[in-house]
Amino acid sequence: MAHHVVPQKIYVLIFATLICLTLLTVDVSFYNMGFLNIYVAMTIATCKALFVVLYFMHVRYSPKLTWIFAGAAIFWLIIMFSLLASDYLTR
Amino acid sequence: MAEHSENPYVAHHFTDMEQQREAGSLGMWGFLVTEIMFFGGLFACYATYRSMYPEAFGEASKELNIVLGTVNTAVLICSSLTMVLAVQFAQQGKRKQLITFLVLTIVLGTAFLCIKGFEYAHKFQEHLFPGSSFAYAGPHPQQAQIFFSLYFIMTGLHALHMIIGIGVLIVLIIQARKGTYTSEYYSPVDVSGLYWHFVDIVWIFLFPLLYLINRT
Repeated sequence: MAHHVVPQKIYVLIFATLICLTLLTVDVSFYNMGFLNIYVAMTIATCKALFVVLYFMHVRYSPKLTWIFAGAAIFWLIIMFSLLASDYLTR
Repeated sequence: MAEHSENPYVAHHFTDMEQQREAGSLGMWGFLVTEIMFFGGLFACYATYRSMYPEAFGEASKELNIVLGTVNTAVLICSSLTMVLAVQFAQQGKRKQLITFLVLTIVLGTAFLCIKGFEYAHKFQEHLFPGSSFAYAGPHPQQAQIFFSLYFIMTGLHALHMIIGIGVLIVLIIQARKGTYTSEYYSPVDVSGLYWHFVDIVWIFLFPLLYLINRT
């Protein structure tokens, strides 16, 4: 519900978290963890994106229909990536 | 028409303000889903080439300026904060603060584009723009060129979205100055905020994929 007024404190807290996660992802990129590098970087990026979607885009306070739309995007992305990987990774 | 709301802001095909607002934001989400698939294609392309040429991508990534990339990420996150606060001020009918925070968002968005432009200029000078004058000293110049093609396409398309976003914000400021938005009617600010945050999310993924592949 767009009518829901979120305390500004929460926005500032999310903002601080996003900045910290940015510094963390830069910092870990200087350590060589082999194939894990990409997984760590993508996990941090996904966390950041989730914070933005849930709080800045108000999805947390939105009706279920908005959740379905956002979920549909991720669902179709997964289809696209898995079909692509099933080709290129099996050659 | 007995069901219809008395509120002059409610269009005749909606029952009440709540339903109208939700329909508006759902429409924006529908558009954002298509945008996610649009950028998704490019991310899929990136994933494929990176899995084919991991070393070349790691080497080429080191050519990007990590300090400018990090600063730009912070600038964009700041702009998301000012945008979400602008939406909240619109919700509360605080016109002055709404305009101030929309202006701040534009300033931060423009700062992002300026830094990006500075980075682009530097890459052109170093002959790292793909094409006939591309010159790269590393061991895999052909594959590095693919990396830089993806870099320019993805960040360029992202920058285009930023420019469109700034245009949208300018319209919002003009409308807000006229007093179009009230605590009852602020949907345009709300859905523009959704778009702005989406553009922020695209950068959140672009930054580690392009700048931070291998810094060891």
